[in-house]
Amino acid sequence: MLKNALKLFHTFGTISLLFFLSVWAASSVPLSTVKASDAFVFTAIPDEDESRLRQRFNKIATYLENKLGVAVTYIPVKSYAAAVAAFRNDQVQLAWFGGLSGVRARILVPNSEAIAQGLEDQAFFNYFIAHSSTGLKRSTEFPKNIAGTIFTFGSKGSTSGRLIPEFHIRKHLKKAPNDVFQKVGFSGNHTRTIQLVQSGAYQVGAVNSKVWENEMKAGKIDSSKVSIIWKTPPYPNYQWSIRGDVDVRWGAGFKNRVKEVLLNIKDPDLLASFPRTSFVPASNSDYQPILDVAKAIKLID
Amino acid sequence: MGKSVLKGDVLKFPPKNTSMVRVSLMFVGVALFCLYFSDISITTHDPWLEINRMIVGVFTPDFLAIGAIGDTLLKTVSFALIGVSMGAVSGFLLAQIFHLRVVRLVCSFVRSIHELFWALIFLQILGLTPLTGILAIALPYAGICAKVYSETLEESQTHALQVVPDGSGIISTFFYVRLPEVWTHIVSYTSYRFECGLRSSAVLGFIGLPTLGFYLETAFNEGNYSEASALLITFYVLIATIRYWLRPRLIGFYLIVAPFLLGGGADIKLGNVMRFFTFDIVPAPLRGSSLFDVSSWVDLLNWMQTLITAQAFPGIISTIVLTQIALVGTAFLSLTLFPLISNKFFGKYGRMLGHLFLVVVRSTPEFILAYIFLQFWGPSMLPAIVALSLHNGAIIGHLMGRYSNEISLRPDHAHAINLYGYEIIPRIYGQFLAFLFYRWEVIMRETAILGILGIATLGFYVDSALADIRLDRAIFLIVITAFLNVAIDSLSRYIRQRLRLSRTVQHHPN
Repeated sequence: MLKNALKLFHTFGTISLLFFLSVWAASSVPLSTVKASDAFVFTAIPDEDESRLRQRFNKIATYLENKLGVAVTYIPVKSYAAAVAAFRNDQVQLAWFGGLSGVRARILVPNSEAIAQGLEDQAFFNYFIAHSSTGLKRSTEFPKNIAGTIFTFGSKGSTSGRLIPEFHIRKHLKKAPNDVFQKVGFSGNHTRTIQLVQSGAYQVGAVNSKVWENEMKAGKIDSSKVSIIWKTPPYPNYQWSIRGDVDVRWGAGFKNRVKEVLLNIKDPDLLASFPRTSFVPASNSDYQPILDVAKAIKLID
Repeated sequence: MGKSVLKGDVLKFPPKNTSMVRVSLMFVGVALFCLYFSDISITTHDPWLEINRMIVGVFTPDFLAIGAIGDTLLKTVSFALIGVSMGAVSGFLLAQIFHLRVVRLVCSFVRSIHELFWALIFLQILGLTPLTGILAIALPYAGICAKVYSETLEESQTHALQVVPDGSGIISTFFYVRLPEVWTHIVSYTSYRFECGLRSSAVLGFIGLPTLGFYLETAFNEGNYSEASALLITFYVLIATIRYWLRPRLIGFYLIVAPFLLGGGADIKLGNVMRFFTFDIVPAPLRGSSLFDVSSWVDLLNWMQTLITAQAFPGIISTIVLTQIALVGTAFLSLTLFPLISNKFFGKYGRMLGHLFLVVVRSTPEFILAYIFLQFWGPSMLPAIVALSLHNGAIIGHLMGRYSNEISLRPDHAHAINLYGYEIIPRIYGQFLAFLFYRWEVIMRETAILGILGIATLGFYVDSALADIRLDRAIFLIVITAFLNVAIDSLSRYIRQRLRLSRTVQHHPN
């Protein structure tokens, strides 16, 4: 009897203990998430291999920290939408966006500004690439014979992987991608687009020219299997965007200092990692064409 | 011969057996019908380059490549531990008031949304903070635990209740009489949930939380298969050894330490939370317009109609097609796989290999399986069907194998294929269907994640809406997904009741 009573007491005790411990654990979670330092945080859209991005942006963080005299952190994210959400929620104050993600982010954050872009971003372009078995060859005209193939975009929120190729497909073939192709996929990022077209899983794909160059340099492209079939006309792309309220937190003139420091990146290794020749000033109005296209194909209301 | 073996069951089974066979055939028929409409094709031309690299990766796991593997594992376990404890405790409390209709509805609604979607929603409200991951696990798990705990309590034996003296309080009756009766069931179910929690926690890494999935996604994306296989092997070991490190006495200690291992995150801002509820999820046509403005309500109707015809409807069709095919695939696979771990068919060492195989298949996230098959076969529904069937077949096979071990046989029983076909299958078939119907709704929820890979299920459209930062559309589609799940859940309950399948499934494969 006593043994049973003890057992019951034990059960009861365990339950209440576990109960209080879980409540305790739950309530301490928010505490552990409070940031100790007031660091200036930035992110970048995950458009290619994450380890490559980490290497590049950790270097940028160190550079900014030295020049600005405040703690600077880079946080990697897994999607374009997560990068925009972090910027919008003030969890990052600066971001390396693509044309489309930048436009979206700046609509959501009043007073935010595009401050710098790569020299090449003023006239960026894409490639359409195809698997060798399709027999498609490079041309200067839009390759209308891609209709009926199995096609992959990059990420759904990408400028070069989605917006621009979809715009040209609609313009030249007068139909939505779903009606043009046998099948339409979203590979996730440009590195994967190249890999999936190279393996023949998709026959044709749209890829960012800079990532193509990077992969070519890294020896990851087998030219006998995948090749360029078309180069798009130029459009404005990547840029550094900053929130409007940074001056309130880091002092008047902070925004301008960030801009100046970014424009002054001269380290050849750092520039080569993007790869960009140099950075030049940018403004919100430079991206009006992107906004127009996004509205035209209804990616932005 | 079959007759003499069935013995005592003969009287009880005939009416039930025929209806079970009829239902099974019906489901196979539906799956074949769906197969006709599904999009299945093999398009890959040169998969071997990538597949070779994968195979090399499997045999050359590179444990050193993952610098922070210890940290990642601790985080994966911590998220699971806190999430599941919170879910279990709230579920336990909710189970006490589960007879209230509103509680039942809320629970079935929260559990019908996949952890990944919860995480994507909280990502918008709270950002990349540990709380996002914790809530994404705790919320659906509370709904599931509430249901299972209340069923367990309901079905508990009541003999002890009859000898409780008059005037005993509700609380002492509960703790001294009802709870001890079901305590072992609750503990065993909760520990099963913890294994699921570990899988959920790992998968949350795919969207950016610092758990195992974060590095797994990177490794796969970049084609570092040696790193990916090292991560997966570590994860298998973690799951296979749960019972050695998750000692009941240590849980308290773990819970005290866990919050400090989650790592920091961004600040949570009240303004962001408010904005989510008052602006983001309000359908675009209603934003900023007056409630009495008729034209904005007309716009709302158009908005809904477009969403339903262009996205929800085709999404629902592919979701159902994929679910029904994968359900039957799961059934065939689990019937094939369970003997691997059954003492009726294999000796000790054979079963050890069987266990190893099943742990590997069921612990590999379906997302990763589908990704691998996409390399083999190119984009179609095929990779998704095979991934879902394998993952779920291994889970049900595991449960059935354990169940078959408890069957006692006559000394003159048949062997091998005869034993399988004439004795074991007829005796466990009811339990098998019960497992399968419990899993039905789970399979449907999982089709959502595969939508993120590009198969046009509802999950695909939710993912697209989130990518376009159209949270109003995303939430609308998520709610439709939830209703579809609730409907499947009720249908499954109806079929289980009609077939009089045991409601006391000790290890719900939920």
